[in-house]
Amino acid sequence: MSLKIVVLAKQVPDTHNVGKDAMKADGTVNRAALPAIFNPEDLNALEQALRLKDKNPGSTVTILTMGPGKAAEVIREGLYRGADNGYLLTDRAFAGADTLATSYAIHMAIKKIKDFDVIIGGRQAIDGDTAQVGPQVAEKLGIPQVTYAEDILSVENGKATVKRRLERGTEVVSVALPAVITVNGSAAPCRPRNAKLIQKYKYAKTITEKQEVINDYADLCNQRPYLNLQEWSVDDVQADRQFCGLSGSPTKVKNIESVVFQAKESKKLTAADNEIEELIKELMANHTIG
Amino acid sequence: MANFYKDNAGLRFQFSHPLMKKIVDLKERNYAEKDKYDYAALDFEDAIDNYDKVLEIIGEICGDIIAPNAESVDHDGPTVVNNRVVYARGTQENHDALTQAGLYGMSLPREYGGLNFSMVPYVMAAEIVSRADAGFANIWGLQDCAETIHEFGSKEIKEEYLPRINKGETCSMDLTEPDAGSDLQAVMLKATYNEADGWWYLNGVKRFITNGDAEIKLVLARSEEGTTDGRGLSYFVCDNHKDGAIKVRRIENKLGIKGSPTCELVFTNAKAKLVGNRRMGLIKYVMSLMNGARLGVGAQSVGLSQATYDEALAYAKDRRQFGKAIIEFPAVYEMLSIIKAKLEASRALLYETTRFVDIYKVYESIAEERALEKEEKAEGKEYQRLADAYTPLLKMFASEYANQNAYDCIQVHGGSGFMKDYTCERLYRDARILTIYEGTSQLQTVAAIRHVTTGTYLKQIEEYEQAEIASEYIGLRDRLKAMTGQYAAAVNTVAELKDNEALDFLARRLVEMAGHIIMGYLLIMDASRDEQFRESANVYVQFGQAEVEKHAKYIAEFEKDNLAYFRK
Repeated sequence: MSLKIVVLAKQVPDTHNVGKDAMKADGTVNRAALPAIFNPEDLNALEQALRLKDKNPGSTVTILTMGPGKAAEVIREGLYRGADNGYLLTDRAFAGADTLATSYAIHMAIKKIKDFDVIIGGRQAIDGDTAQVGPQVAEKLGIPQVTYAEDILSVENGKATVKRRLERGTEVVSVALPAVITVNGSAAPCRPRNAKLIQKYKYAKTITEKQEVINDYADLCNQRPYLNLQEWSVDDVQADRQFCGLSGSPTKVKNIESVVFQAKESKKLTAADNEIEELIKELMANHTIG
Repeated sequence: MANFYKDNAGLRFQFSHPLMKKIVDLKERNYAEKDKYDYAALDFEDAIDNYDKVLEIIGEICGDIIAPNAESVDHDGPTVVNNRVVYARGTQENHDALTQAGLYGMSLPREYGGLNFSMVPYVMAAEIVSRADAGFANIWGLQDCAETIHEFGSKEIKEEYLPRINKGETCSMDLTEPDAGSDLQAVMLKATYNEADGWWYLNGVKRFITNGDAEIKLVLARSEEGTTDGRGLSYFVCDNHKDGAIKVRRIENKLGIKGSPTCELVFTNAKAKLVGNRRMGLIKYVMSLMNGARLGVGAQSVGLSQATYDEALAYAKDRRQFGKAIIEFPAVYEMLSIIKAKLEASRALLYETTRFVDIYKVYESIAEERALEKEEKAEGKEYQRLADAYTPLLKMFASEYANQNAYDCIQVHGGSGFMKDYTCERLYRDARILTIYEGTSQLQTVAAIRHVTTGTYLKQIEEYEQAEIASEYIGLRDRLKAMTGQYAAAVNTVAELKDNEALDFLARRLVEMAGHIIMGYLLIMDASRDEQFRESANVYVQFGQAEVEKHAKYIAEFEKDNLAYFRK
């Protein structure tokens, strides 16, 4: 059975390599100082989508992302790995959105996409770590959701069977489609970019990008429609401005604190057996080990 | 998050070589496929950009997957279960990642699912994979077999086998047997033609077969009953259905490249198809395959040398003794600079050779589509001669240097390097095979010496002499000119001995002299275009000059009668 799969993906600052200039004085993230990457768990989500596509010939994978113009890179990275197309939600009016405004915008875009069987996203993004957008999108669309998914085992007869990774074990659930599935970082890593696809899609651009950079291959986009990446504005998805961006965001950041980790009290042990045994007991008692 | 392509400026530099434009234009037939395939190159700049982007993918897979897996692959190795090879977990993971990335069949034409890349980026990929894990590089590198099938197979065979390469089926070339190693004329595995069904049937034993349980096998077998030499051998392609027809009897327990399964195989009525013409197996096809394989070992050696340099450098910067990092001691930084100079010299030779191969191969394949112009024919022939001359030189030098570098790499580590805790001990073991398989260094000398006596090397050296270089390197060029004088004199001295045994005896020294001079020139030419090679150009020419001097002295003082001391 062929499936229409939508993958929610986000471009995030690479918080693995945070330097001292990672935050601005006003407490917001200094995105210019951090390289932008494909949110790691969204890559796990993409892999699950691509596996569904492999198993169900004729399926399509659509990347949906929201962000500034350069977030189009996320769509290209998806295309290089096997996605079929993508949409970039971009508009000044979307800027400054918290999870509520984000999920509102995304659900409006999904309504515009209209035809979908399953929506897959990463559990959470490494910049905000909220894990709220996926579930909120499901609620707004009025469809079921499965969170902490580790493996989408099968999709048959309008149902998906999904293995979830929970704190102390795994659980297999089945869900009626369409549904939203958010994928855990413990799921299979995403496949590498493909040599042919990167050659095919490397000139894929949004309208804005085409206006910014004039290259020798501008004509190509006219000859090859798949190189034109769609941008959607607030009006394109018929969103209500009051629910978008800052005005649609009830979350207000009150204060940001820079936490500096300091070494806690340390103990010095000799190599004597009894002292080592004491330490082992202590660590077992506080569940550091065992 | 390492990227073995992006972190190495010496690789991308190769794309700026003046010959690249010609190579790519020819390979792409002036970009004739750009409207036929959505991933075909549009023009030269676009093709180079494609190479760059695809190598970035390989660099990432090597840095993030293959290199981190190398230790466990070396430890676990492949196993034999029910006469079948099961790869180590890491090996399978490496193979799956490269398959998903579409990196098998890189040099095959697009019509067979390949990327139609020229040899330079393909060899670069081989180098990078080998830097990550030289043992795994064999499994990946056996896609070379596809080249042989493409070159010599019938249309039917090509259509049957080639599209499977890009989908991840692996290959093996089954040549050697218990009594046929360096001397392949002694191959006994029997091929019998069955008129009734039109198939050939293979029976016998093969030994030391790398990746022997591959899906697609190229097998050298005796098709002419009653013959005993190379003229009775033909070449076959054989589908390994993993049933009883081809059994893996055992895999060898090796010193190094332990992740690469080296198999003993038993063929029992294995069905096969003839590749090309009967009796041409060894004489034509294996020789051609062998040249490709030697280029491959050159790439493997340079990749491994790069790994030794990375390990040695990191340790020397990190390790402190007597109050400072050991890299600050002349005895240590000299070792490091020599490793680097040998690495960059062999890399320069690798890509020079690859460019020669690229051009003549592309003319060969154009010749199948249309008759070549007279000049094209001449040019193709000239580059083939150069490729033939440079390939054994490359194989010998790069593999010997990889070993020397692995030795020095452990030396830089001191006592720690002798322990299993550090990567350098694996590199040392992995390097050891490089001077042996696909023709020992001694056999490379046999192949190379004729280019000493016929003057191929000298003529090419004289061409390099005319090349424009930065004024900074005129001093080094003067030294290279002096070395060339010594080389020419030594060649004459040996020729005047008029003694074949003496020539064989001194061949290695003559070939090495030529090699030092050639690599010296390549480095000063590269350094003239990019200053990243300045140090190695200086270090290498100094080193090479002393080596040339040593050989010159040895040959000048040599007397034929001396051979008697060595014979016993």
